[in-house]
Formats: sequence, structure tokens, C-alpha cells
Amino acid sequence: MSTPVNSTNAPSESDEALPGAADNGPSGVSPEAAYLLGLADDAMVCAQRLSEWMTNAPQIEEDMALGNIALDLLGQARALYPYIGSIDGTGRGEDDYAMLRDERDWRNVHLVEQERGDFADEMARLLWFSAYQVELQTALSGSSDDVVAGVAGKALKEVRYHLDHASLWVVRLGDGTEESHRRMQAALQRVLPYLAELFDDDEASVTAAGLGVGVLPSSLHDAVVARVRRVADEASLVLPDNSPWRSRGGRAGIHSRPMGYLLAEMQHIARSHPGATW
Amino acid sequence: MSGVPTPPAEKVADRPAEKSWPLWEVFVRGKRGLSHVHAGSLHAPDAAFALRNARDVYTRRQEGVSIWVVLADDITASSPDEKDSFFDPAADKIYRHPTFYDVPDDVEYL
Amino acid sequence: MYGNDVIDPNEPLNAAETAAYDEAAAHVERRAVGEAAGDGFDALIAADQRIEPRDAMPEKYRETLIRQIAQHAHSEIIGMQPEGNWITRAPSLRRKAILIAKVQDEAGHGLYLYSAAETLGIDRAELLDRLHDGKQKYSSIFNYPTLTWADNGAIGWLVDGAAIMNQVPLCRCSYGPYARAMIRVCKEESFHQRQGFEILWTLMRGTEAQRAMAQDAANRWWWPALAMFGPPDTGEAAKGGGHTEQSMAWGIKRFANDDLRQKFVDMMVPQADKLGIVLPDPELRWNADRGHYDFGEIDWDEFWRVLRGDGACNAERIEHRRRAHDEGAWVREAATAYAAKQAAKRQESAA
Repeated sequence: MSTPVNSTNAPSESDEALPGAADNGPSGVSPEAAYLLGLADDAMVCAQRLSEWMTNAPQIEEDMALGNIALDLLGQARALYPYIGSIDGTGRGEDDYAMLRDERDWRNVHLVEQERGDFADEMARLLWFSAYQVELQTALSGSSDDVVAGVAGKALKEVRYHLDHASLWVVRLGDGTEESHRRMQAALQRVLPYLAELFDDDEASVTAAGLGVGVLPSSLHDAVVARVRRVADEASLVLPDNSPWRSRGGRAGIHSRPMGYLLAEMQHIARSHPGATW
Repeated sequence: MSGVPTPPAEKVADRPAEKSWPLWEVFVRGKRGLSHVHAGSLHAPDAAFALRNARDVYTRRQEGVSIWVVLADDITASSPDEKDSFFDPAADKIYRHPTFYDVPDDVEYL
Repeated sequence: MYGNDVIDPNEPLNAAETAAYDEAAAHVERRAVGEAAGDGFDALIAADQRIEPRDAMPEKYRETLIRQIAQHAHSEIIGMQPEGNWITRAPSLRRKAILIAKVQDEAGHGLYLYSAAETLGIDRAELLDRLHDGKQKYSSIFNYPTLTWADNGAIGWLVDGAAIMNQVPLCRCSYGPYARAMIRVCKEESFHQRQGFEILWTLMRGTEAQRAMAQDAANRWWWPALAMFGPPDTGEAAKGGGHTEQSMAWGIKRFANDDLRQKFVDMMVPQADKLGIVLPDPELRWNADRGHYDFGEIDWDEFWRVLRGDGACNAERIEHRRRAHDEGAWVREAATAYAAKQAAKRQESAA
């Protein structure tokens, strides 16, 4: 007689990790691959959200600027995905990762998957994410993995520009009109619950950092906050620090409500034509 | 962010008439160029944005290219074709140089 | 030499890749090299030389150009929407990147063209107001919907192809800034036209469903693309015209609508053959006597209906544009307010 699965509430004796429990997720056994997938997915999903601003930006010049930032981030994802495929044993290509993975296999943080709000919301997201990226890519430029270091070196130039762009806007919105100040302050409050996750030391990051390949997320925290605080001060904005809740689970494939819709939109055409070339 | 409604934008009709961003002229020197050449114009609220927009629009962010932006109002020019009237008091009128869109050959697009 | 399996990189796919473009680009510089034609607008026009922003010009010439350049700019901006609609859904990352870059290019073209219009003494904000109020128009081709991924291919191949065919002659427009803007725009758009062709090429060599998608898109975009050249300049179908003669005399318009349309058809039909796409015109056939392709009648009633507002997307395109503009007002104002504060601070510290 086969063992009933739920006959007791004792933990499963199986060697298989329960869904969501393993920080590596179903992407494979390599912690380095899992770690890099988090970085690639952050860039990919952020690029997807930014690209939604094209034809919707406050000024035509901003359609161009946000398009440029989206292209940079998309480029970072495209540089990482094939490399990940070569080390996670699957040999997958960029479109396999982008178009064929289900939600539970994505390792981005919740910050980048949130739906577009107003322009202040986008600048709040970009300010925090690019400040984080500047510190991250600076550290990764010294990675023991040459490919990672190379990608980071190129990305660093780009994300400095992204941080500059976000900073210029946050300062102007914070120190512009009464309405823009109010909106920018509110945006900083709304983005707050999504920040802690950037600095969580998940298992894959810990392993990757130990190998010299990656960087411990928590080690980036102070420098990132310092950068954002400088901008907030110049913008006469207050950096909120008190939130009743915080997002978690992205690195383990546990996402928030918008992620499923984002993937449905992004993947639908590709998935409707299995095996097709475009 | 997700789940929080964004306050609706005030209707444009209720706002005071919007003041246009000032006009800037853009001058670009290519990587191997010797001087800046007038590339065109753009609108921006201030110098920092004028530079960034110029970089995005006129050089597609190519590196090694030097950009100058000048408020159109700050440019005083003589007309290259008016040989006799160079000392004419009308010399303080703002002209657009005929080399409006000549960009150095070594500034590539995309 | 290159059979039907390969796109020959040396064969011109659009008018910007032909000798006509090179000649036009060379033409622009003539005045700059010092061939002075003497004074006056008429003398310059007669000598086929450029009018520059500083030159005296008839008020009607200025108005005509402002309108034409502005509507061209509006077309670029509105033209971002049909393809912009597919950025989040592009079926591969490479296509997504190319599409983002293309839509950005269109924004950039809009900006160059607004700048060119501004040299004639009008503010971009005012031009945008006219677009939003419906007082100035944009190319009616963008009132059609992009229903499938293949539509992005059809737009690149046919719509950009037709636009380039219209624009190459404008590289020799009498007004300098507009002519020079056209040189740049044409060059960039020729990449877009190639990319559109490449999208369809890939689809036609793909699955049954992809081939059907490509054929369906061509079926829907072919006739509207032909109509982009405008109604015939003479004859019954010519309505509300009268601008043609004056525009030709002033060096703003160089060729008749029908001539450009014929050139376009002659260029596209062999490309359709190469793609394996059947163009939706049973009357299309090579006429050896004329040395051109004969083609069927365009439905001008449909053209006017769409142009006058009753197309699938007219309301949506303008509403989308207005909404982006209105929702961004507080952002633009903030930037202006900040700049004013900074200027005040500088003055204070200088005092």
C-alpha cells in the first residue's frame, strides 16, 4: 500500500524541496545560476515596466529617455540569460528564459513587477533600483567570474546614467511645485514596502558571495540608502522609514498579483506558437 | 504602486496656461572633430536636462562626443551673408545659422 | 545571384537606398558651397537653392511649410502608438529591443521636425495644441489598428516604405532645415523598412500560422499604404486640392502623387514576390508597354471616411496622445518651477 501523502502532519520525508522553500528554485542546482537569474530577472521585469511608458511619458524627450533605460536593462538581461543557460545545465537561450518560464520560476524582487503608477512612482522606483544597481554593479565588477565582471562593467556605466536621470527628476519633482512635492513624497511612501527585499541575503546570494562570484545584498544597504538620502535631501523630501509590511519571496518565485499579468502579456504571442522563430 | 489609486491629474483647462520650456541650441563635436557644429535645437527646463536630452536625441548617447547647449535667447549672431551691414545695430537680432542640421560625419546614429 | 532564400543586402529595398537619395543629399549642400543666386526669395527658388530661416519669404510659404512640417512631426509622434502597442508583447527579446529602438527613432524624428518647424517662428507647444484640438492633422495611415504581430512587419515594409518614397523628394525641398531633417529621417527610416521586411521574411519562412498572419497583415495594409500618397492631383478623385501647383512652384512638392505611388508599387511588387506574399489586388500585373505595374482602383471613399474621423483608431490615437500630455502637465510644470527657483537663487547670490 502506498504511503498516503497527507496522513500525518509530519514533514515530508522526500528529498525534493517543497515548492518555494528552496531559494534555488526549480532553475537548477547551481547556486551561481540561481543568483544570476535573480539579477537577470530584475533587469528584465524592470525593462518591461519601463517600456510601458513609451507614448505615455510627460514629454516626448522622456519617451526617448525611458526607452533608452529600458533598452539598457533589457541588454543586461540578454547578456546574462545565455550565460545562465550555459551553467545551469539546461543550455537555454534568452527567449527560453523570458518567454517560457512560469511565474514560480522567476526570481525578481517585487519592486520591479509593480504596475505603473504616476511619473513620481516611476521615478521613486528608478531612484531606488538604480542606486541599488550602481552599488551592485560596482561590487560585481570585481567578481571572480569573468563573464559576470564583464557584464557588470558595462552595466555600471549605464546604471550611473539611470541614477542620474532619476535623481534629476526626483529633485525637480520634490522641489518644484506644491503638487509635485506632494506626489513625489507620496511615491516615496508607496515604494517603501518593496525596498527591504533588495537587501535580503537569500541562500543563492550567500553561496554566490562566498564563491566570490556575487555580492551579499545586505552589504549594499547602507551605501544605497546614503545615495538615495542625498537625493531626497536635495529635493527637500523626507525619506520614509516606517512601513507596516514589506514584500518578500521574489527570489524564491513567490510574486505579487501583477506578476502573472505581466508574464501573460509578455509571453502570450511566443507561447501561442511553440517552436516558432521570429 | 499596486493597489493604490493615483490621484487624477487636474484637467488642463483648470490649470493656468502652461509656460513652454525654453529653447536651446545644440552644438556637437564628434570624436575626431576639431570644433562644435550646430546640430539642432530642443526644449528643456534647464541646462542639465538640455544636455541629457541633447545626448539622447542628437547623439543617441554615443560616447566621446562633446555637446554644448546654449539658451537660444543667449545667442547673439551676425548674419554671414550681410557683408555691408555687419555693423548694423540690428546685429543683436537672433539668427539661426544656416548650418542648422549639419552634424559631423563621425557622429553616428544608432 | 541571391535566390529566394536570402535577402540581398546590396539590393535597394526602399527609396532611401537608391541613387535618388544620394543625389538629393548631395543637392542640399549646393548653396552652402557658395553658389550665391543673388537676392530675393524668387531668385533662390528659380535657382533651385535653399531658403534658410533668416531669408525673407512670402507669408503663405511660411504658413504652408509650418503646416506641412508640423503635420509630418505629428505623424511621427502618433505613429509611435500602433507599434508601441506591441512592445510589451513582442515575441522575442531581440524583436522587443528592435521595436523599442524603432519607436524611439520615431520620437526623435518628431523632435527634429518640430525643431525645423520652430525655425519658422512658431512654438512647439502651440503645434501640439493644434494637434490635440484637431486643427492640424497627422497621416491617416495611423488610424488603422495593429491587430497582430505581423502588422509590425507590414508597417515597416509598406508604411515606412511609402513614407520614404514620399520623403526622398523632400530631401530636395526648398526650405533648408526641412530638407536636412529629411536626409536624416530617411536614412534612419530605411533601417526600419528593412526590419519590417525582415519580420515578414521570417514569418513567411515559419509555421503555417505565421505565414497566414503575415499574409493577413499584408491584405489589410496594402491599400492604405497606397492611399498614403494622397489622391490623384488631377481628375475626378482630386478633391479639396489646389495646393499642388503652388507647392510645386515653391519647391515644397517635387513629384505628383500618382508618380510616387507608381514608383512605390513598382518597387514593392517584386519584394512581395520574394516574400511569397500575394498582394490583395487581382488587377495587379506588369504592363510591358508602360514599363510599370498596372494596379486596381483605390477606394477613395474609404480614404476620405477615415481621414475625416471615421476610422478604427482616430479617436483612440488622439485620446491617447492628449491623455499622456494632460497627465504629464504637473511634471512639466514642476520642472519649470524648479528652474525658476534655481534662476532666482543664482540672481540672489549674484546680487
